[in-house]
Amino acid sequence: MSSSNLLLVLLMLTTAGYYLGRKKAFAVAEATGKGQRILHSRPTYYGALAALWCAIPALVIFFFWQTFESTVITQLVIAGLPSDFQALPSERLGLVMNDIKNLVHGNIISGDISPAIQAAADHYTRLETISHATLAVLVLVVGIAGILWIQQKMTPLLRARNHVETLVKYLLVACASIAIFTTIGIVLSVLYEAIRFFKVIPVHEFLFGLDWSPQMAIRADQVGSSGAFGAIPVFMGTLLISAIAMCVAVPIGLMSAIYLSEYAGKRFRAVVKPLLEILAGVPTVVYGFFAALVVAPMIRNAGVTLGLDVSSESALAAGLVMGIMIIPFVSSLSDDVINAVPQSLRDGALGLGSTHSETVRLVVLPAALPGIVGGVLLAVSRAIGETMIVVMAAGLAANLTVNPLKTVTTVTVQIVTLLVGDQEFDSPKTLAAFALGLMLFIITLILNVIALVVVRKYREQYE
Amino acid sequence: MDIVNQGLARRYRAEKRFRLYGIVAILLSMIFLAFLFISIAANGYTAFQQTFVQLDIHLDPEMLDAGSLADANYQGLVKQSLADMFPEVTTRKEKRQLYGMVSNGAAYQLQDFVRENQNRIGSVIQIWVPADDDVDMVAKGHIRRDVPEPERRVKDNQMAWIDRLQEQGRLEKRFNMTFFTAGDSREPELAGIRGAVAGSFYTLIVTLLLSFPIGVAAAVYLEEFAPKNRWTDIIEVNINNLAAVPSIVYGLLGLAVFLNFFGLPRSVPLVGGLVLTLMTLPTIIIASRAALKSVPPSIREAALGVGASRTQMVMHHVLPLALPGMLTGTIIGMAQALGETAPLLMIGMVAFIVDIPGGFTDPATVLPVQIFLWADSPERAFLERTSAAIMVLLAFLVTMNALAVFLRKKFERRW
Repeated sequence: MSSSNLLLVLLMLTTAGYYLGRKKAFAVAEATGKGQRILHSRPTYYGALAALWCAIPALVIFFFWQTFESTVITQLVIAGLPSDFQALPSERLGLVMNDIKNLVHGNIISGDISPAIQAAADHYTRLETISHATLAVLVLVVGIAGILWIQQKMTPLLRARNHVETLVKYLLVACASIAIFTTIGIVLSVLYEAIRFFKVIPVHEFLFGLDWSPQMAIRADQVGSSGAFGAIPVFMGTLLISAIAMCVAVPIGLMSAIYLSEYAGKRFRAVVKPLLEILAGVPTVVYGFFAALVVAPMIRNAGVTLGLDVSSESALAAGLVMGIMIIPFVSSLSDDVINAVPQSLRDGALGLGSTHSETVRLVVLPAALPGIVGGVLLAVSRAIGETMIVVMAAGLAANLTVNPLKTVTTVTVQIVTLLVGDQEFDSPKTLAAFALGLMLFIITLILNVIALVVVRKYREQYE
Repeated sequence: MDIVNQGLARRYRAEKRFRLYGIVAILLSMIFLAFLFISIAANGYTAFQQTFVQLDIHLDPEMLDAGSLADANYQGLVKQSLADMFPEVTTRKEKRQLYGMVSNGAAYQLQDFVRENQNRIGSVIQIWVPADDDVDMVAKGHIRRDVPEPERRVKDNQMAWIDRLQEQGRLEKRFNMTFFTAGDSREPELAGIRGAVAGSFYTLIVTLLLSFPIGVAAAVYLEEFAPKNRWTDIIEVNINNLAAVPSIVYGLLGLAVFLNFFGLPRSVPLVGGLVLTLMTLPTIIIASRAALKSVPPSIREAALGVGASRTQMVMHHVLPLALPGMLTGTIIGMAQALGETAPLLMIGMVAFIVDIPGGFTDPATVLPVQIFLWADSPERAFLERTSAAIMVLLAFLVTMNALAVFLRKKFERRW
């Protein structure tokens, strides 16, 4: 039985469990002769209890089975392979397993099929069938057992509502904890691979090296066989592009926020604010396309007319478009903060005879400064982590330069180029991507935490 | 007083300047927005049309043996018809150029036609087939004639043939159905977004099915049940941080955990949906909590007052009132997921996939990734198709956001 069918059957079983449980509750109540009122909870709770006990254990088994099925089968098949296969080094063994799996799933496989591989594939299919059948039986038996168990426990005094509520509460807790597990998952997965990387390339070489050319040669005598993993040029490129982006986004975003919150009339605001938000809703891949095919050629042509040498993948194009993307981010965050400044401060300043702009510049902005700084920090972390614009519009060559007309590369570009496409998982080249990912995660995390603390502190000040 | 008056003109000028800066800032962002949309629309609107060529094809009974219709030489028939139309073409090189003027898809189209109309074998049929993308570009004026010949993809003799075809009325622009019904292809004139749209659809379904219930449940717990303790604080800080983690990091997580640890297949909507779920959860949780917060305490107190348990109070009274707000947040989260590209690159949804995916575990790509792939293609015809795909994507996003706004307006309640 395929997994989706199994889930459907389980769903039907759960529904049946609900009705059976409810019916049983009625029956139990009638048997006492005092009618429904004798029941501790309303009948639906008895149904819900039966349904929950049917579905939850079965689902838990289902997911665990699905998670470990392929690993266990693979191990069993490897154990069943002839001994000359088992003597192979682990990468070769992995290739053989891949062939077997492809054979099982009817894909095209490389090379001829040896009888041993064919036998292993048959073995694999057999195990898979057995596993599926066992899972189906197990899930259904557990589901039915759950229903029957509740049926049997059913008495008028069964505190069904409290049971159901406890179960529901645990479910809610589990859902809320997913956030924690996600963070743990991110940290562990990235850290694990990064540590493997740092075993090959020392940390200081990665952090302070000035040369980035992440190739590992297949043969030792090839040119550039060593591969250089000094990430400074990559970090500098990221900083350069983010800096350009902030130079665009901060003035424009801040000034529009000031104008919208201090000067604009209600109707103007109602029109312009959603329009600004549209800029935030445009997918980044669209900005990337725009940067690569519209802005970059424009800047290049402008550079040529001015007699400048502009690279076709200049940092300026990527940074400029990234800045446009971040404008609404800066403006809506600053808007919030400016609006949170108490009106009494403004009234005081105006009462002393200052003009509107003086009030804004000398009173409102200093009061809102921590919040604005927090917002800008969030925007910076956004710019550093932005991927598609730079992948499409910035280059791959890691140049150590601060000239915005030259090509630079960024952390995210490197992660994408190192990981997209065919990869072997234990070469330093792919692992380097995880090391870069770790840096990216840590830096954005620090920025976010600082920004959140600053913003929160500031908010409390005026509330 | 005089001192004040002296400075006044200057101060008013400063005031005016300051206002001007604000207006200029807003204007600049509006100009960027308009420029973005106009440049994409201007590049893309032509992709909704495709040039077709009318061919007279003699369905030679000798070549179309009824028993082996499937492997007859349709390509040869198409070439023959072109050669008949331009008898002066004799050299090998010119012939190759001539045959390159109709799409490779013409042969398949002819094959379909013959299969359905077997009685027409032996006669001469007139059939419209898609032109090659270069011809298409010439017809749309994207390949300019004033460029010197060596720098042009379409040579002078081909230009002349195109003109001849146009004079004879054998060249026509029609609505580009292929763009909406076909999967990806290496040939621009045969490439479509159907596969990518289907992939996006399955991915979003997985995301919605997982992130909505989990997000709502998490928000309900945090807002209604959670005791104020360390654990809850940690969860809260975590969610706020996750909302700001770069999306590509989720891609790394998906690659390391779902693909390498759990051994799920690459490039499938299921894994894409899982990664996007993790990514959109913070958005949905934050929006749902805001919705729950806006339900006034009096509702809760009244429910508790008539003897409801806490769970009943939440399920029967608070949740229904907060649901529209939660839905709005979910739709916005979904729109975000629909436009997301970077994490999907990490889990292999960038493969070149021609087939239209039919389920959650078929290899697929999604609309933004398709845009990314096409944007990398060198052919001029893919440029307009990329822009057109962007227009479709933006149309979906606008619809979703409009729906969210509509829901908010309709169910918005002031207490």
